[in-house]
Amino acid sequence: MDIIPNAQQQFDVPAPPVQTHEVEVSIELASQWKLMWWKFRRHRLAVIGLIVVVTYYGVALFADFFAPQAATTYIAEYVYAPPQQIHLFRDGQLVGPYVLGYTFERDPVSFKKLFAVDEETVIPLGFFVHGESYKLLGLIETDIHLFGPQEAGQPFYLLGADALGRDVLSRTIFSSRISLSVAWVGVIISMVLGIVLGGISGLMGGIVDNLVQRLIEVTMSIPLLPIIIAVAALVPIDWSVLRVYTIIVFLLAITGWTGLARVVRSKFLALREEDFVLSARLDGVSTMDLIWRHMLPSFYSHIIASLTLALPGMIIAETALSFLGVGLRPPVVSWGVQLQDAQQINVIANYPWMLVPAFAVIIIVLAFNFLGDGLRDAADPY
Amino acid sequence: MKKFLLRRAIYMVFTVWIITVIAFIVIQLPPGDYVTNMVTEMMASGTDDIDPAIIEQLRDQYGLNDPMHVQYLKWMRNIIVEGDFGYSLAFKRDARDLILERLPLTFVVTLSTVLFVWIVALPIGVFSAVRKYSLGDYIATFIGFIGLATPNFLFALILMYLSYKYGGRALIGLFSAEYVDAPWTMAKVFDLLKHLFIPMIIIGTSFTAGLIRTMRANLLDELNRPYVDAARAKGLSETRLLWKYPVRYALNPFVSTIGWALPGLVAGEVIVSIVLNLPTSGPVLFNALLEQDMYVASGFILVLSALTVIGTFISDVLLAILDPRIRLE
Repeated sequence: MDIIPNAQQQFDVPAPPVQTHEVEVSIELASQWKLMWWKFRRHRLAVIGLIVVVTYYGVALFADFFAPQAATTYIAEYVYAPPQQIHLFRDGQLVGPYVLGYTFERDPVSFKKLFAVDEETVIPLGFFVHGESYKLLGLIETDIHLFGPQEAGQPFYLLGADALGRDVLSRTIFSSRISLSVAWVGVIISMVLGIVLGGISGLMGGIVDNLVQRLIEVTMSIPLLPIIIAVAALVPIDWSVLRVYTIIVFLLAITGWTGLARVVRSKFLALREEDFVLSARLDGVSTMDLIWRHMLPSFYSHIIASLTLALPGMIIAETALSFLGVGLRPPVVSWGVQLQDAQQINVIANYPWMLVPAFAVIIIVLAFNFLGDGLRDAADPY
Repeated sequence: MKKFLLRRAIYMVFTVWIITVIAFIVIQLPPGDYVTNMVTEMMASGTDDIDPAIIEQLRDQYGLNDPMHVQYLKWMRNIIVEGDFGYSLAFKRDARDLILERLPLTFVVTLSTVLFVWIVALPIGVFSAVRKYSLGDYIATFIGFIGLATPNFLFALILMYLSYKYGGRALIGLFSAEYVDAPWTMAKVFDLLKHLFIPMIIIGTSFTAGLIRTMRANLLDELNRPYVDAARAKGLSETRLLWKYPVRYALNPFVSTIGWALPGLVAGEVIVSIVLNLPTSGPVLFNALLEQDMYVASGFILVLSALTVIGTFISDVLLAILDPRIRLE
């Protein structure tokens, strides 16, 4: 039943009607990649998706620069401090961006700490301010942050603070490093698995094909989540961050390869009959060479599109596992780890800003879906 | 047709068998077993010296000294012959009772989600295709993408917050407090239906979104076929034409989605149930996995995957009935 591999494969956005401006003149001279770029550009949502994705990865790469604070900086005084508002005017005069400080009082009944805005304390903000020092890309020592309080150390919680008094915005920015890289590594591993198994299956046919097909079917019908939870729960508490990370990535990859394997297989079944494959075979090219050097390059673009569509699934899976407490664990910061703190209804009800990482996830997943969708449409420009 | 059914049935049994093997091995993996746990518990409650001979004897009694494949065969034999799923260490009762207690509500939640997905996705998908690029199509597309991009449990968290903020109470659980332990009455069923809505929407949204896109894409392909023009030329009314021919063809992948949607729905149900605290199999399975309560965990995995595989089988059969080409494949 290969009619529909999965929902996303069938995704297509209603593309705006075709516009033919500069394209017509040079269409006959353009290379395949150029044609694809032209076609891609017409898909507005995909272009927006591309911009968002690039921004996310840029922010992740230079997280120390973009985040006002380090991920682990905490001030116990500001536990669950609510988000501050940025003001521009004071007493009717433009004084540049600033936030107001906090005052606290105790609720006489519950002894809960209550925050209020302190109208007197003005904390001026600025761009390229000096803050905590860090090493940019692990190389250049600096203390410049994109934005923050002009005087280092003043309370600045644009999106509130968490249970330990850490800045939610900064942590969300740092989380993107782990969450986005887990997805990439997982997708690359599942790509290799998918291409090798799908390729062999499509190329050899017969018993091998049947076996791989059954394997895919079994993998797809196992409720993988319980199995993943079981394996993840085995990971000893004292394992290093890196080892846990590797295990989680592999678990995600094992769940992800089937879709791609199916795509690759059906492509190979079709390509097998082509003349260039036959001639390569007659020239004595080995099977692996045949797959990687001759057959795969003819549908790279499809693979790229499939990968882009597989990425959001990985991000969601990592977030879900960490959220349940069986994925990555603190001190690692990922969106799922951050959301662990937002499991209880009373936390969400009292401190809704703890849900901020959720929106970071939703936005990047949307962006990847749009991007992948545009890539798939553009994959075949002819 | 008979041959087709037979082949699918054999695959089905084979798949379930593989799943039981995997489930059993994975759950056996952690160091320690039932007896180790019991001894640790006894130590914790004050008994300090336990004769190693007694421990060995207990191991023998529970068959824990047998090699893994013997344990597996015993476990399978007990399930098949006596319907005995083993004993739950954490709950101190038969694993079977525990599974039977939780399964019906899981079934209700999953089944109603499938129904919800179908009822919503079919008309919207058809509409999106027929009125391509209309305002409604764009709205459906937009909501579809949001639905697809929002992971179930995040959706659950956000809904929980909104219901608390604007409804005054968090929508948790499947029953109101007064009905949790009450015997089954019409009022309790009604109460269940009232609560069912939230998990149904949460678990179903992303699948609905996917299905709407599938339906739209398939129908768009079919609408350009010559047979549609032919039918129109013969004077068939638009509605009749649409539902009688292209929709029927486009329905194929729709039906096969039951197959691939089920494992996803089961997985989604596990996470959402944990977040929303539903009395279904999700939370129990999750805790059993964490606490290495092996018979409960493998029992649940076995039953859930068997149900999934049966669901896939049913969708295959439906597909074969719907489309003769698949039978002849």
